[in-house]
Amino acid sequence: MRVAALARIELTEAEIDRLAGELDVIASAVARVSEVATPDVPATSHPVPMSNVMRDDVPVTPLPVADVLAAAPDARDGQFGVPQILEEDA
Amino acid sequence: MNDVVDYEEAVAAFDPVLGIEVHVELGTRTKMFDGAPVAFGGEPNSRVTPVSLGLPGSLPKVNRAAVESAIRIGLALGCEIAESSRFARKNYFYPDMPKNFQTSQYDEPIARDGHLDVELADGTLFRVEIERAHMEEDAGKNTHVGGDAGRIHSAEYSLVDYNRAGVPLVEIVTRPITGAGARAPEVAAAYVQTLRDIFRVLDVSEARMERGNVRADVNVSLRPSPEAPLGTRTETKNVNSFRSIERAVQYEITRQAAVLLSGGTVVQETRHWHEETGETSPGRVKSDAEDYRYFPEPDLMPIVPDRAWIEELRARLPELPAARRRRLQAEWGFSDLEMRDAAGALDLIVETVAAGAAPAAARKWWTGELARVANSRGATLEELPVTPVQVAQLVALVDAGELTERLARQVLDGVLAGEGDPADVLATRGLRVVSDDGPLLAAIDDVIAANPDIVERIRAGRVQATGALVGSVMKATRGQADAGRVKELIASRLGV
Amino acid sequence: MSTLVGTTAAELARLLAAREVSSVEVTRAHLDRIAEVDGEIHAHLRTAAAEALAAAERVDAARSRGEGLPLLAGVPISVKDNVVTRGLETTAGSRILEGWIPPYDATVVTRLRAAGMPILGKTNLDEFAMGSSTEHSAFGPTRNPWDTGRIPGGSGGGSAAAVASLQAPLAIGSDTGGSIRQPGAVTGTVGVKPTYGGVSRYGLIALASSLDQIGPVARTVEDAALLHEVLAGHDPLDSTSLDAPVPSFSAAVRDADVAGMRIGVVRELGGEGYQEGVRASFETALGLLADAGAEIVEVSCPSFDYALAAYYLILPAEASSNLARFDGMRFGLRIEPSDGPVTAERVMAATRGAGFGDEVKRRIILGTHALSAGYFDAYYGSAQKVRTLIQRDFAAAFERADVLVSPTAPTTAFRFGEKLDDPLAMYLNDIATIPANLAGTPGMSLPSGVSEDGLPVGFQVLAPAHEDERMYRVSGVLERLLEERWGGRLLDVHGVNGGAR
Repeated sequence: MRVAALARIELTEAEIDRLAGELDVIASAVARVSEVATPDVPATSHPVPMSNVMRDDVPVTPLPVADVLAAAPDARDGQFGVPQILEEDA
Repeated sequence: MNDVVDYEEAVAAFDPVLGIEVHVELGTRTKMFDGAPVAFGGEPNSRVTPVSLGLPGSLPKVNRAAVESAIRIGLALGCEIAESSRFARKNYFYPDMPKNFQTSQYDEPIARDGHLDVELADGTLFRVEIERAHMEEDAGKNTHVGGDAGRIHSAEYSLVDYNRAGVPLVEIVTRPITGAGARAPEVAAAYVQTLRDIFRVLDVSEARMERGNVRADVNVSLRPSPEAPLGTRTETKNVNSFRSIERAVQYEITRQAAVLLSGGTVVQETRHWHEETGETSPGRVKSDAEDYRYFPEPDLMPIVPDRAWIEELRARLPELPAARRRRLQAEWGFSDLEMRDAAGALDLIVETVAAGAAPAAARKWWTGELARVANSRGATLEELPVTPVQVAQLVALVDAGELTERLARQVLDGVLAGEGDPADVLATRGLRVVSDDGPLLAAIDDVIAANPDIVERIRAGRVQATGALVGSVMKATRGQADAGRVKELIASRLGV
Repeated sequence: MSTLVGTTAAELARLLAAREVSSVEVTRAHLDRIAEVDGEIHAHLRTAAAEALAAAERVDAARSRGEGLPLLAGVPISVKDNVVTRGLETTAGSRILEGWIPPYDATVVTRLRAAGMPILGKTNLDEFAMGSSTEHSAFGPTRNPWDTGRIPGGSGGGSAAAVASLQAPLAIGSDTGGSIRQPGAVTGTVGVKPTYGGVSRYGLIALASSLDQIGPVARTVEDAALLHEVLAGHDPLDSTSLDAPVPSFSAAVRDADVAGMRIGVVRELGGEGYQEGVRASFETALGLLADAGAEIVEVSCPSFDYALAAYYLILPAEASSNLARFDGMRFGLRIEPSDGPVTAERVMAATRGAGFGDEVKRRIILGTHALSAGYFDAYYGSAQKVRTLIQRDFAAAFERADVLVSPTAPTTAFRFGEKLDDPLAMYLNDIATIPANLAGTPGMSLPSGVSEDGLPVGFQVLAPAHEDERMYRVSGVLERLLEERWGGRLLDVHGVNGGAR
């Protein structure tokens, strides 16, 4: 299932079958929404309108390296060990 | 090994079109969306906060200084600064991406619709249209580690350091660059170099390509003629120097031409430049490569730059390289050719002039004798152990008649050898021009006495023969005579 | 059972300030209560007894030194497990975060600590806050103290059940589509979703960034208001955080008077699909408010009929992106595929396949699809337009009414398993609560009585953005009137004290 690959989730056959059917849920939600989502209506991404929320370029104390690596499944030489990466950087 | 055709053949058959994406790392003190400090090097993973590590629950906040730098870059490139600019999520999975999405900008970039007039080596100006400049964050650094041969579970793996994750980047995207023809490779390199110069003048980044502060991805496509629609393009990454850019573009043109001329089609793909072999190779073709599922970043509010702020930034922009070159040329009274000649030593000449030398003399020394020395040593002009002030002192000594050009070169050798300022070298080596006629006349009389037949010829009207006498006098005075003066004195001595 | 358990936070604060009781006593009493009943209720995923008692001791010591302390200092509290707590395991109800010890505190947790409130433990939730019943927790469901064969609501069933069963006087929840309010309704407790941006989201494990809010869970309106005051306020770490002074919500509760207020009944949030007993309880409450001098008006918000559809496009889309970071590379679960090459890509996919539950996978897949190339405008883009319409309908309604009201949820607590096989039926639980999340307006639920099945019903009050005080005002009055009618608090009157009735 292409979407599962995009979402990086390994699904079983049974899960794929079930979920493929449920994508129809989306279709009906879309149909519903399209009834009123006409071109003249602007989209709202943020419930509360604010702008220019910025911070000063002042450093803060970083996390101690030990804390950063504490939860790592595979910490090596102060870095995160990750398995072989096949794909090229985008 | 790819098939290629001759470059001349390629550009004769096709019209190359370029697209260049440049990423510049901003030299801010902290990251784009959090306060983790930014610095070069350092212990891995020592400069992250929960935000730059993408920990669950973390939230971004925009760095005002990064926005200011982005706006200044946009202004320097003649762009319109957006009335309202938004961040967007670019979603894809990669281990160096803590959130597995990059907070970037999509359809509301901070700047758009600019241009850059790029000056090529021969002085030709080429205009590159700039589509947009936007802000985004850098990813961490992967270091690939090969597997141990011989071990059963010889797993290749990578080590990830997130210090760089979240560093502010500005990405500058050109419109398709058309009309460069056979000069496309040169244009590409010159464009990136010009951008680099601008970043430095603006002081928004250290802008060192070799440190990755400036990165370029080059898109190349070919079409049968300028009237034809655009061809399929490839994107080449990993070009880490201006020279590489030029070589990579040239290579891609020849490779694509070979493909097209043999009846094939160019594959739209990302390619990787190999510096050692001078070739590009294909990257992995990804089925979901283009589906980044962009949507507006819900955790950040739009940036609505105050117009007064923008005008203030515009007013405070430093003189950009092109404008500076025009001004200097006018001030110095150089011809276009002379200006081009001076291009490689501009700052040094400026400083030498500031120290009192005439522009022409300054240019002559830096682009002449000093360039020759630098070349022979395999060094840059800046690396030579002589300062603009010292060059100005040298010029002053020549102007005052205390040194001839020839003697000046010897003095320069002394300065380069670390013997001190020109005046010191002159004193130590005793290289002063003999300007006192007395000793000169003595030497001249000796030479006249020793060369009666030449004297005969001179008296008989063969004035050119004076040259031989002059030469002997120069030898006798170990070159410390002013040849012109010697010649005058001989003539008056002989009554001719 | 200690009498301290079941006492309101306001009363505990008074007792603590008067030094009639110590924080250690109060905290220990609640820890004992948890030990006594939570084996059955399973409101808590873990407790932090040692740290809670240490915090209580520090408060007691400060108090005995005569230091001035915040109002709720010494009053213990439980925290929903999608709120990050430093040094204390935080799982968001998911296997993919099992064992994760955060290296930092959420801002709200920092505020709780600064307020001197010992943290008893972390409460159960639907995995990553996706659900309306807490049945989707990877660590087992929470049981409704009113009837342990029924759900306590979701996603914040743990916090609501903890408070309802007297394990904690107060709790923290999060509300994305009703996850504080709906559990409040089905457990007979009070739950509040503040104006979006009113409480910091820094440290809340994000579900849908533009909808999520952290809020108070309590047994009384005044308690919720007091806790809300501790939590609210500008946070420089959260770019969506409002920068405005925090009003006194508790003063609004105390000064409560609804004479002359216009109460808008939303036509679309009621009627068919709402259980008979729920409607009846709602009408009764409305009558009391009218008797107290409020004017009841009917308003119509037609776009609310599209709210559910819009929500189910926006939430999965944002969630799919927010949950991408759970990949086994930096923290949490890492699963290596049992066969084939061990690559980063395959480890990520295997980890997420094994670590996420069904509902989470469903929403991530739907959300990924909704954002996919070619679908954006039709799906996510259109849904954001419905948001605009909903905001407009709210604005128009608030011209004609000071607050809007509705039943909080269409039904009372249903039985375990009843809606598990029908996701759409499950989603309908949120039908009355979702509009406020989409608009960013505040909402709260308080108990209005029990239905014919003897289960609690919630009454929802909605106010305009930044007018949270108004809903506290109306709720304060209603609570007082209802308790007069009942002769006490609903939980006490119905003898809900932790076990099955």
